[in-house]
Amino acid sequence: MQLAVLGGFVLAAFAPLLHRWFGERAGLVMAILPAGLALWLFGQLPSVVAGDTLVFEYAWMPGLDITLTFLLDGLSLLFALLISVIGVFVLVYAGGYLKGHQDLARFHVVLVAFMMSMLGLVLADNLVAMFVFWELTSITSYLLIGFNHNDPEARKSALQGLFVTVGGGMALMAGLVMLANAGNSWSLQELITRGDALRQHELYLPMLLCLLGGAFTKSAQFPFHFWLPNAMAAPTPVSAYLHSATMVKAGIYLMARLHPALGGTESWTLILSLFGALTMVTGAFLALRHTGIKQVLAYSTVMALGTLTMLLGIGTQEALIAFATFLLAHSLYKGALFMVAGILDHETGTKDIAAMGGLRKAMPITMVCAVVAALSLGGIIPMLGFIGKELMLESVLHAERLNGLLLMMSLAAAIMTMAAAAIVALRPFFGSWKDTPRSPHEGPVSMLAGPATLATLSLLFGLLPSWVSPLVMATASSVEGSAVDSYLALWHGVNLPLILSLISLAVGLLIYRHWERWRDWQGRLDPILNRGPEACYFLLMNLIVVVSEWQTRMLQNGYIRNYLVMTLLVLVGLTSHALVYRHDLVLDVSLDVRAHEALVAGLMVAGAVTACIMRSRLASVAAVGTMGFCIALTFVLFSAPDLGITQMLVETLTVILLILVLFRLPRFATLSTPLERVRDVVVALATGGLITVLILAVISGEQLPSISDYMVANSVPEGHGHNIVNVILVDFRALDTLGEIFVLALAAIGVYAMLRFHADEYDAAKQRLPHEEYLDG
Amino acid sequence: MVKSGTLILSVAARLLMPLQLLFSLFLLLRGHDEPGGGFIAGLVAAGAFALYLFAYGLTATRAMLRVSPRDLVGLGLFLGVLSTLPAWWNDQAFFTAQWWTIPLIDYKFSTPLIFDIGVYLVVLGSVLTAVVALVENDPD
Repeated sequence: MQLAVLGGFVLAAFAPLLHRWFGERAGLVMAILPAGLALWLFGQLPSVVAGDTLVFEYAWMPGLDITLTFLLDGLSLLFALLISVIGVFVLVYAGGYLKGHQDLARFHVVLVAFMMSMLGLVLADNLVAMFVFWELTSITSYLLIGFNHNDPEARKSALQGLFVTVGGGMALMAGLVMLANAGNSWSLQELITRGDALRQHELYLPMLLCLLGGAFTKSAQFPFHFWLPNAMAAPTPVSAYLHSATMVKAGIYLMARLHPALGGTESWTLILSLFGALTMVTGAFLALRHTGIKQVLAYSTVMALGTLTMLLGIGTQEALIAFATFLLAHSLYKGALFMVAGILDHETGTKDIAAMGGLRKAMPITMVCAVVAALSLGGIIPMLGFIGKELMLESVLHAERLNGLLLMMSLAAAIMTMAAAAIVALRPFFGSWKDTPRSPHEGPVSMLAGPATLATLSLLFGLLPSWVSPLVMATASSVEGSAVDSYLALWHGVNLPLILSLISLAVGLLIYRHWERWRDWQGRLDPILNRGPEACYFLLMNLIVVVSEWQTRMLQNGYIRNYLVMTLLVLVGLTSHALVYRHDLVLDVSLDVRAHEALVAGLMVAGAVTACIMRSRLASVAAVGTMGFCIALTFVLFSAPDLGITQMLVETLTVILLILVLFRLPRFATLSTPLERVRDVVVALATGGLITVLILAVISGEQLPSISDYMVANSVPEGHGHNIVNVILVDFRALDTLGEIFVLALAAIGVYAMLRFHADEYDAAKQRLPHEEYLDG
Repeated sequence: MVKSGTLILSVAARLLMPLQLLFSLFLLLRGHDEPGGGFIAGLVAAGAFALYLFAYGLTATRAMLRVSPRDLVGLGLFLGVLSTLPAWWNDQAFFTAQWWTIPLIDYKFSTPLIFDIGVYLVVLGSVLTAVVALVENDPD
């Protein structure tokens, strides 16, 4: 299992090579992986439905208690199936949609990487592993939204999506740490059995808020809903996959996964059902404001995500069944509708619904797919969407808290969703013919396969609910935390939900008939809507720019003396504070200095003083060099030959570098005022004094046990080396060294870049790419 | 400025450079038991090339190096990362040192050695990158 997912990342890396081999068909070749995964997942269906949780263990970093264990229960199976099945269709579809695009290989790299991140996210058992996959989905999503990176609009939207989701990711991380500490485990499997302890933990509320911060941003809940419609700048296959069927459901997945651990409390119920309902109504309402087909669909996705959150908030068994059904139904019909939108866009050359009409003659198959999927979106019998909506209304009716309010909001959302469904399915295909930028005809097979299959499934599962009933119940069981024993049925008899459905159908169609007037009316609210959360986002972005400018001017002004003063003052302040308050400062030193040692030390001090007062640069350099060699000598005297040699070599190379730089520098000049020099002297003395006290404190009181004994004792048996310094560097602390050589490499690149790119080239580059473009809203 | 052209330096560099490089390899290989190691050896090697550079100039040094110093940095980082992987083979944690004895010469080969070679190359490459960039920038 782990192999399949990690292998997928490797496959992603090889996508450009596959493109060279298979050309346009590379997408089909890559679709084999998700197809195989889907088949394998289907094979696991019987045992998961029987109530088993399949665990695939793999220790990743045992020392840190981080595993890459994968978990397959109802919830993750449903998600994994959706990801892999829809993934197959999206890969096939993208081959048609982006046919001949020069960057198709890059697209496949990121798309497959995303697919695997998403699979990892829904399968991971360890919180850290899950978080890693979570962030990977944010990054790949960023790259996919900004796929057409020549388009400033796409770049802006990509950045917005990234800021919002990664900002939420920060909150999520804090929440996960609190969760792990409170539950005393990093494993989801264990955490969901410790629900009672977690719910009574004193950090419950902050933990919940942080986790929801992550989930709400990812799943575009109010007030973070604005990034999702903007993400429609992505190519349509991406919208179909990430921004309807999979990634935006990551937040929903997280909430569902944690429901057994954290759900059921007053704050959980209130926050989730209120914000969910608000998101639901906002999404449905704004869907009708737009005429871009992808915008309408995106806002209806926001509506669906809100509904799912609300159902999790209600949290009764009924609501959880509704949750699972609605989730499945939404992924199917929304995937299909987005792909239809892509076909329309591809064939007509416009995304504006108002500009399309009468396409049923030109594109009959597309029309059928659109209508079937839209029936499911509108929740009309006999689609799976109908079952989902009936169950949703039913559980809202029986909600323990606020059921009157929630019911009204659900009804309003259902009405407007119905209207949106009619707009998407009827507007482009019926009515009188309208001329579009391209003369439309039926889409290619690769693009029709996806929507046709998904729409058929929506219908089939609605007619034969017993086919999906076991999977839905298994999902509801994982969310509930205990077995749910029920079944789905299409017909529940004439009851209140059915009557509400009929009302929403009638009123929805009425709105559809008068859509233009409705939009005019909505247009009057624009001044209010424009001051919504998105305006706050732009305000925040501008604030970040202002603060960065200010702090760059203050702290990073390019004067190395300022950097030094700042760094040293912080060092002195923090260290002396810790020294005085955290440890009892004991200075109990009996100095035992030999004559030659005193001589070396004296030379060192003399070198330092000379370097400060010399008025010639060369002399200063020589004085500093004297100091360096004295330090090397000290290392040798105290039997640390490695350090001595290193110091000596560093001094030598420093001289070489200085020779190369020296003659290029301006004349030696006095740039600082007397007052600044006094300041510098004070800072220097304070730093020197602190280090002296620190060393004396270290050698006088044995405050902490030394680790060098361990190193000495284990160097030969564990590291097979007699040179302890080297064994520490390349074995015991090799990870640190690895980090250091990366820093060294970065420094070399920095030097290279600084010397190679001159100021005039920089100005020329800046003219080509004005930086405002990246930052401004 | 850089290419001195003096006879003494030229002859000395020609004689000293192979010795310095040999010495750096010696330091690198014995580093695990005696003073030495990848970092020190890398600095010695960088010194050797710097000497050659001062004596014979940039073009000659480039010809001698054959690869760009930046590629050495990349190769070094690659080796460093590579040395972390063999532990997976034995189902051990990331970065666990692996030891093999090469039978004929009875030399102990190990992942720490690969890692140390990586450090050697990064240090050598980084210093040379800086030195070469400084010399390249020279208006002369």
